[in-house]
Amino acid sequence: MSQKIVVGFDGSESGRAALTFAVEAARKNGGELLIAHVLEWSPYSFLTPTELEERHKRRGEELERAEKAILAPVVESVKASGVAVSTALRYGHIAETLISIAKEEGADQIVIGRTGHSSLSSRLFGSVAGSLAQAAPVAVTIVP
Amino acid sequence: MKTHYKAAAIAATAWLAASAPAMAQSIDERVNEIFANSTGWFVNFIFSPFPGTTFPWIVAWLVIAATIFTVYFGLIQFRAFPHSIALVKGDYSDPNDAGEVSHFQALATALSGTVGLGNIAGVAVAIGIGGPGATFWMILAGLMGMASKFTECTLGVKYRNEYEDGTVSGGPMYYMTKGFAERGIPGGKAMAILFSIFCILGALGGGNMFQANQAHAQLTNVIGDYPGWITGVIFAGIVFAVIVGGLKSIAKVTEKVVPIMGVMYVVTALVILLMNANMIGWAFGQIFEGAFTGLGVAGGMVGALIQGFKRAAFSNEAGVGSAAIAHSAVRTKEPITEGFVSLLEPFIDTVVICTMTALVIIITGQLVSDPETGLYLLNEGGSAIQTVDGNSGVALTSAAFSSAFGWFKYVLAIAVILFAFSTMISWSYYGLKAWTFLFGEGKTTELVFKVIFCIFVVIGAAASLGPVIDFSDAAIFAMAVVNIVALYLLMPIVKRELDSYLSRLKSGEIRKFH
Repeated sequence: MSQKIVVGFDGSESGRAALTFAVEAARKNGGELLIAHVLEWSPYSFLTPTELEERHKRRGEELERAEKAILAPVVESVKASGVAVSTALRYGHIAETLISIAKEEGADQIVIGRTGHSSLSSRLFGSVAGSLAQAAPVAVTIVP
Repeated sequence: MKTHYKAAAIAATAWLAASAPAMAQSIDERVNEIFANSTGWFVNFIFSPFPGTTFPWIVAWLVIAATIFTVYFGLIQFRAFPHSIALVKGDYSDPNDAGEVSHFQALATALSGTVGLGNIAGVAVAIGIGGPGATFWMILAGLMGMASKFTECTLGVKYRNEYEDGTVSGGPMYYMTKGFAERGIPGGKAMAILFSIFCILGALGGGNMFQANQAHAQLTNVIGDYPGWITGVIFAGIVFAVIVGGLKSIAKVTEKVVPIMGVMYVVTALVILLMNANMIGWAFGQIFEGAFTGLGVAGGMVGALIQGFKRAAFSNEAGVGSAAIAHSAVRTKEPITEGFVSLLEPFIDTVVICTMTALVIIITGQLVSDPETGLYLLNEGGSAIQTVDGNSGVALTSAAFSSAFGWFKYVLAIAVILFAFSTMISWSYYGLKAWTFLFGEGKTTELVFKVIFCIFVVIGAAASLGPVIDFSDAAIFAMAVVNIVALYLLMPIVKRELDSYLSRLKSGEIRKFH
């Protein structure tokens, strides 16, 4: 049966490990891959007036940078390995956004790395892996 | 543009050179004297009373405007209140717009510019002069001001400039020029220029000097007396680092700590009120009785009313036009939604936070009254009510809170400094927007304004409370004179937006996303 796997990818070491794992899994059972990159964002954060003014511009720059520097390079290599691949680039709470992508796309599985970039904040506010394990509607694989 | 820059630079240098010999005297006194002499005429004009009365025309101007907007939009502040909350929560935000400026963020930024010393020191000044009755008029003005804010912020978003690089600029100067042109009314440009001039003065006055002054007062209250210019120079240095040096980290920390401080302030006030729960009824009795009789304060009922209205306007800035600048950056297809969100601002600022300060001052018994007549006793000059330790302004609030919790004066000192700082950052932005509207955008023009802004921080900290607070009020109110005329002329446009939006909301065309 063909599977659709959402892999959360942030460009980090452990993100890379998750991606490798997901590519392998997809190739084994002929599944397809959706590489999701979520830019951490809360609509309830506090910004200075200057930041408000420039927000729309910065958002464009951030999306472009993420597309170019994080998604584009890995998409090429995944394609080369013969797995069907698409991408998603969104703003939001990382775990919540991964869940909503999985729901929208009718994915069967979410794959993520154990730790992303900021381990201090995850200790304070709970990690993405922890939140997903509790709230995801589909199977979650956490790659060490 | 070059010539403007040069002229300003020369003026600034001349001013600095002129004040150098003052070292012999006390720098504080010298700054004070120059300041009082040069701004007196402006203050007198703005606060001149109606002939034969003590009622300043400017106060009537604001209250009449707020009343007209309240009636014209059919008590919009009460009708739209639940919808405003839903908008701030993000119920109507398109998920595809994630990463753009949310309603919450626009509101929070505008609030951090308004919640500040007006809520702590300003209220104490109002209660100290106008008695508890001033609170009643302050709350009333806060509730009515919600309609003014609604009007100006809707227009701010509707007529903002969106540039090709994705940045936005908005505010009264833009709705004056573009809105007037749309309605075929002449004079938009002239009004925009006048508004910008007042906005720059307001930014330097209430948004800067008043803040520096009260921050210094609070510091001396905690540390002990020392010259004001020292506080001024330190503050100016930090402000300079942020607005000129682009040191975002300081601004970022402030923006995060300020809301926490605000919540802590309200919670502490609530705890003090609960500790004195049996006196809350009495306090409201004082507020109502004072509102209509004055309870012996200078000027009686009118004195209480003037103080209440003045402080409410200075604290929540409804009708002043500054919020229209802050709210313009929001991401929305419907300008009216930002109007709805902005009407929460006077509510939070005045109806909630200012009232807390007032209640704490009244309940902790800071004001001295005659035990036999129940009337308040005036100080020697007869200008204000006697307080237990002779405090006024921020020191009065500090004394009130400290009478319940001794440690609170240290927390308050930190809060005042942070509030002062975040308000300065906000106003440096409002002033800058007005400045660039007048002189054009560009690195040098912007730098000139920012340097002038920093110089005024020092002046503000060194001048004594009287001249600074008068000038601060005058400059802010002058903005309202021009802005409210524009609001009257443009309010039919807001009405059209409102009717269209409400009918689409009813028909289900505008739906919740969450």
